[in-house]
Amino acid sequence: MIRTILGRIVALIPVLFGLCVLSFTLLSMVPGDPVTAMLGLEADPTAIAALRAKYALDDPLVVRFFAWFGHVLLGDLGRSIQTGRPVTAMIGSALVPTLQLGAAAMVVSLLVAIPAGIIAAVRRNSAADLAVSLLALCGLSLPSFWLGILLILGLSISLPLLPSSGYVPFLSDPDAAFAHLVLPALTLGTAMAAATMRMTRAAMIEVLSADYIRTAKAKGLPARRVVWHHALSNAMLPVMTLVGLQFGQLLGGVVITETVFSWPGIGKLTVDAIFARDYPVVQGAILVTATLFVLINLATDLLYTVLDPRLRSAR
Amino acid sequence: MSSALARVALRPERSAWWRLLTEPRSALGVLIAVVVLLAALFGPMLSSYTPESPDFLATLAPPSGMHWLGTDDLGRDVLARILYGARVSLLVGLSSVGAALLLGLPIGLVSGYAGGWTDSVLMRCMDVLLAFPGILLALGITAALGASLSNTILAIAVVNLPVLARVARGQALAVRGLDFVTAERALGFKEATILWRCVLPNTLSPILVQASVLLASSIITEAYLSFLGLGVQPPIPSWGNMLHDAVGFLDQAAWLAWFPGAAIFLTVLAFNLLGDGLRDRLDPRD
Repeated sequence: MIRTILGRIVALIPVLFGLCVLSFTLLSMVPGDPVTAMLGLEADPTAIAALRAKYALDDPLVVRFFAWFGHVLLGDLGRSIQTGRPVTAMIGSALVPTLQLGAAAMVVSLLVAIPAGIIAAVRRNSAADLAVSLLALCGLSLPSFWLGILLILGLSISLPLLPSSGYVPFLSDPDAAFAHLVLPALTLGTAMAAATMRMTRAAMIEVLSADYIRTAKAKGLPARRVVWHHALSNAMLPVMTLVGLQFGQLLGGVVITETVFSWPGIGKLTVDAIFARDYPVVQGAILVTATLFVLINLATDLLYTVLDPRLRSAR
Repeated sequence: MSSALARVALRPERSAWWRLLTEPRSALGVLIAVVVLLAALFGPMLSSYTPESPDFLATLAPPSGMHWLGTDDLGRDVLARILYGARVSLLVGLSSVGAALLLGLPIGLVSGYAGGWTDSVLMRCMDVLLAFPGILLALGITAALGASLSNTILAIAVVNLPVLARVARGQALAVRGLDFVTAERALGFKEATILWRCVLPNTLSPILVQASVLLASSIITEAYLSFLGLGVQPPIPSWGNMLHDAVGFLDQAAWLAWFPGAAIFLTVLAFNLLGDGLRDRLDPRD
């Protein structure tokens, strides 16, 4: 087991290095000069030269990459060209709202998807099953930003029940924080719920046709106990894997949701930095998001190996 | 002859296509997709309005007999813009999936068939691309190259590339050890010929399934990028940049948000239904 885990971690090293290379190279190709963008077209050439020297923008790309990479290894992602703040600190403060939104979206998704998926599987080929399948398909096809806009139209403009944008920290005002969280969490949670619903239904259908379920029914156990106790615990393994992978995917999804709701997370930070041509922030945000994505996927994969005894013995 | 036998053996039977069209869900997907395609091809010709010409006497007009889906803040007809937007969405979707196929299919086939170092190097490169959440990678590429229609297509193609390469590799790995491939090799055919005649035809079914799913996700990704202002740029109308413009007028002109969003939803739904139907009919793994 330990060898498997170590093997997976070692295999990740070239991927993480590739992430660094790609993040750096991509953002070095951005058209326009960030210094001119920051100081304006009519800035003093001496000031421009000084700032270019400060950020080493005149050095060759390879030299700049290894200088940047060396700092990245030490946890230093540089300073924002726009604000002068350390990028690590900016990303750190943006990660809190993002994780908060992600966790809330996950709760929304699981609360809707798992009961719906179970009902669809238990009442297979019924009207409820058809409704759940159609809902899941619609959820997968619904662009999240459109859903967000529709929710704002319905629950913020037509019926002014919830705020349409903004963020309030939980510690300063829990009620306002919750009110601001509802719409973004519903938006982000819906697409995740659709995929989880499908997976729960498929996994439950497979488990419910297994021999040990037939045995449990033959022993006279109540149907509710068979479904919730015997079937669900086994069907949840693939569902939990999908949920883990979705948590990684969510890091991409927040870019849109955070922009729609002006949620000050890592997604909005990335988009704002792109428009401000703030290279170090964009590089840092993309690198941190992609690294988290890779690590969450690895953790999910390893957890699956640990939890499923069949995989353990197979290795 | 052996490759001909292999193709016959592993190809889906002809009636699979008929069953695809007669199954209600996939038939609905085909129907919506055909309507969107026809709207994209002929819609702009049928509309009496052009998508880019403003009418300052009819700004933010609600849906009416004159403007069926209303007008935007510059008085441009929303229906005309949606019909033109269908062209943009389908163009981006088809081109990005097509470009990813052109590159991803050979990469996957060579990787799976050759194995060894070739496989390791090519797949590690694909792993790096897969290590980014799709939208973030597309965002990074358009940010780097500049926002335009062609760069949007390129960015989405790069996002799709590793997915198709992985599927093609998996199929090539499965096929390369089969008897008919060994027979071709024993008959002295070149590796390239074997790849082209034996391996490629047997990867097409799962690739087709994956391509239809990617078409749906590519259309959504284009809309995301354009909504953020990093995709197709005004004045070219795209469903994403129409929604971007609509956000400023939600309290005055909600229809500006309803219709482009509904167009994205229905188109993506169509390709998802089609993808599901194709998977049920063609994917041997199911």
